Amino acid sequence: MARRSRAARPLYVLALLLVVMYGAVGIGVATGGEDGDASFTPGLALDLEGGTQLVLTPQTEDGSEITDEDIDQAIGIIRQRVDGSGVAEAEITSQGGSNIVVAIPGEVDAATVDLITASAQMRMRTVLYTAAPGTIDPTQVIDPDAEPEDSGEVDEDGNAITTQPTFAADQVEEAAMASADTNGDGELSDQPETEPTSPSDQAWVSEQVLYDFYMLDCTLPENRTGGSDDDLDNPLVTCSDDGSLKYILGPAELTGADLSGAQMGFETSSTGAATNIPVVSMDFTSEGGDIFEEITARISQLTSPLNQFAIVLDGRVISAPQVTTTIPGGQAQISGPTGDPFTRAEATSLANQLNFGSLPITFEVQSQEQISATLGTEQLRNGLLAGLIGLVLVVIYSFFQYRGLALVTVTSLIAAFALTYGALLLLSWAQGYRLSLAGVAGLIIAIGMTADSFIVYFERIRDEVRDGRSLSAAVDHAWLRARRTIIASDAVNFLAAVVLYFLAVGGVRGFAFTLGLTTIMDLVVVVLFTHPVMRLLIRTRFYGEGHPWSGLDPVRLGVNVAAYRGRGRMRSKPEREAAATGADTRTIAQRKADERRELEAAENNVEAPQASEPEAVSVAADAHDEHDSHDSEGGTR
Amino acid sequence: MVSRFAQLGNDLYTGRRSYDFVGRLRLWLAIAGILVLLSVGLLLTRGLNAGIEFTGGSSFTISGVTSTDSAPAEEAVAEITTSHVPQVAVLGTDSVRVQTEQLTSQESEELALLLAQAYDVEPSEVTSSFVGPQWGADVTQKAVTALVVFLVLVTLVMTLYFRAWTMAAAAVLALLSDIVVTVGVYALSGFEVSPASVIGFLTILGYSLYDTVVVFDKVRENTEGILDQSRITYGEASNLAVNQTVVRSINTSVVGLLPIGSILFVGVYLLGAGTLRDIALALFIGLIVSTASSIFLAAPIEVALRGRQQRFHDHTARVLQSRRAASAGSAGSEEDPQEFRVTVSDVQDEDARVVGTVPGGHRGQAAQPRRKGR
Repeated sequence: MARRSRAARPLYVLALLLVVMYGAVGIGVATGGEDGDASFTPGLALDLEGGTQLVLTPQTEDGSEITDEDIDQAIGIIRQRVDGSGVAEAEITSQGGSNIVVAIPGEVDAATVDLITASAQMRMRTVLYTAAPGTIDPTQVIDPDAEPEDSGEVDEDGNAITTQPTFAADQVEEAAMASADTNGDGELSDQPETEPTSPSDQAWVSEQVLYDFYMLDCTLPENRTGGSDDDLDNPLVTCSDDGSLKYILGPAELTGADLSGAQMGFETSSTGAATNIPVVSMDFTSEGGDIFEEITARISQLTSPLNQFAIVLDGRVISAPQVTTTIPGGQAQISGPTGDPFTRAEATSLANQLNFGSLPITFEVQSQEQISATLGTEQLRNGLLAGLIGLVLVVIYSFFQYRGLALVTVTSLIAAFALTYGALLLLSWAQGYRLSLAGVAGLIIAIGMTADSFIVYFERIRDEVRDGRSLSAAVDHAWLRARRTIIASDAVNFLAAVVLYFLAVGGVRGFAFTLGLTTIMDLVVVVLFTHPVMRLLIRTRFYGEGHPWSGLDPVRLGVNVAAYRGRGRMRSKPEREAAATGADTRTIAQRKADERRELEAAENNVEAPQASEPEAVSVAADAHDEHDSHDSEGGTR
Repeated sequence: MVSRFAQLGNDLYTGRRSYDFVGRLRLWLAIAGILVLLSVGLLLTRGLNAGIEFTGGSSFTISGVTSTDSAPAEEAVAEITTSHVPQVAVLGTDSVRVQTEQLTSQESEELALLLAQAYDVEPSEVTSSFVGPQWGADVTQKAVTALVVFLVLVTLVMTLYFRAWTMAAAAVLALLSDIVVTVGVYALSGFEVSPASVIGFLTILGYSLYDTVVVFDKVRENTEGILDQSRITYGEASNLAVNQTVVRSINTSVVGLLPIGSILFVGVYLLGAGTLRDIALALFIGLIVSTASSIFLAAPIEVALRGRQQRFHDHTARVLQSRRAASAGSAGSEEDPQEFRVTVSDVQDEDARVVGTVPGGHRGQAAQPRRKGR
């Protein structure tokens, strides 16, 4: 009993593993409620569920290199656009380091696609007005010129008004209209009343711009989608990146192309010693540096908020530092607000955004696919049908080749499937994994690959039996050898899957993922299931005594059956007779003679006869006689 | 049939029956060389039938149609664009795929509606995809990068595992020929190459090596300590290993091919062109080619590479010499009856001699060492 339980121990481990896997998912389903991600069916990718998939490649106009940070920035920008446009559950991922895949369930209109694919540009504009992020408060309709703007500490005062005014939309509109319509003619003019003298002139603000400003609610994400900042020569009404402030900005004076780079650094004190306060330093091109000097010379003389210089990326203000002095030389530093310095992460993030913006990046649509849910369902159904047919064929074939061992193959495949499915459920729940059609292909192909490792093991057992080992010794001995082979070949397979996963585009990833996963599961099943089951089965009469239908029949494997079965047990006479039928019936002397003839025949360059067939032996003997004269030494022993 | 196959397994295992895989390296190399040259030639002259993923274009799939006639599709396309004749293909029993030149998103929306009307289905049953020409180039470039990275890594891993660069080199050479020949089959047959086919090609990498690793593992086992004895050459031990794993190779390949074949079957009859079918087709061809190559190319090449190493070269010469001396000195049966026994000896082709172990069986008193000086 003790030995049995030791042999069965891996099976308990496997059972525990399965219970934990499915238990976790079960608890997830039970506690997750309606919108929980846990489910007993894995999430499906777009090609099975239906939806739209866009593959975008960020491209620079000047062909310069796009870094991983640029890709991350681009993903962040696209995510903001998609989230803002009200599309739920869109998945935006980078693929293979250079592509961005946007997967959106359901149908998507052209406008959303255009929004997603719009190029992300950086502009630098001067600030004309700032205000709290909400719409105009109808109770305080004040003329904007008279409104005392927050001076100096706009960033800190950003969250002054957080509560949403509870006015009806038409009340807000009315108030905005009343405040914006400065000449009181009931119409909104989109021309400035007077010709602006400089980009910092508040005269840029027409009635229409003012109205838009009053109506803009930056607390709503759909107003921060970005992707719409193309009008270089006109003022812009927009929100800050985090939605804490809204701005009216003057015409663009510099673009991303004028910035040659940005990096996080540390502030140097007046004595030149480095401090540990993170700052972001910007480098302008020589042309950009000249313009920047002009701008700073102008706005440093002005009062807040006109002395602010807004950096607009993808239509949102990512930073609006104040300028206090003229900055020559094409180099500038942005430090955090007074008393609230940047953290390293903030500074790095801003530097990355600036770098991204310094490249005029456009998104090229590589492929756009719209998949109807019907087609996906059909593909999945047929894919599963193919898997089932494949499984049945594998079972039939292994039954013919391995008889009773086919039972081990089938149960092992079921165990492997249970493990893989459980892992997919867990990944689908925890990691948001989604099964794609290529992934299904990987799973089906894995049936054959998994069965391969059993074949390696079974063949190995047979080899050991042919080497003359008893069946139970063969099972253990074969395992030691087969294990090494299985691990080595699985390692190669896994390596292939990993390389494919990290270096591939398109559907390759889903395929590589399931392939890698099933390779691991294959190894787990062989170690925790197939081998222990073999060890247990070999103790049964059917397998342990090599029943002709067990697939381990020693006679069939060319080994004589001894009366002694091992472990103090003997084979009965009928058993031995049955086993001996068709096997070697010669006496020792006969066999000895046959073998000698065989040997001699072999030395005489004649193919060895089947020693067990008397006719063949006589042929061999004849051949020996014929060839004897050729070999001067042959047959004289 | 089964017992005959098992019997073949027994005979191959003991060496009673043996195929000379290793010795005929030149023949296999010649065949492989011709196939590779043909493939490269076909690739250069005929080229591959690249899917729209590589050429750029728009594709529409209309599912759930009652008639799979192509005329309505052609009329619908003609309303949008006339500069290009659309390719219309029937998928399975109730789907039609229409491929056109690259359309703008406006145009493709219109065409999708027209197609839905033409085939009298809901607009949601029409799926459209648009692929820029850059996409395919991207896939190809990534695939080539993946190939190179994988080859470098796997060469390292195999060299470490087998502690012999010759095995890694032989496996990689066999793998390369697999890929070239599979691509050649595509060029010959004109099967469409899609990114899914590229996935298939890349998967062959893993599979081809899987098979080779199993064979080489047996070779390594058989040739352990081979230099310490002088009865059997490295080539013979390798050839025996290949013979001993032939049945397994056939079984694993069949078992590997069955699910792939069923995807192919379902793909052709129920799904039509698509991810599943394209992956399966490339794998089906690649699997057959790679099983053959691990038997006929990898092991023989490995033996040839090994033979160029001085100590193995010397060892082979020593074995052959001692064998010649032994047969000349009529000492054949006294060599050492315990471990290795010559069951078949083909004296004319020494490299092809196959030696195996045979278990059990009492050989009689004559087999016992003779006492000297009696």
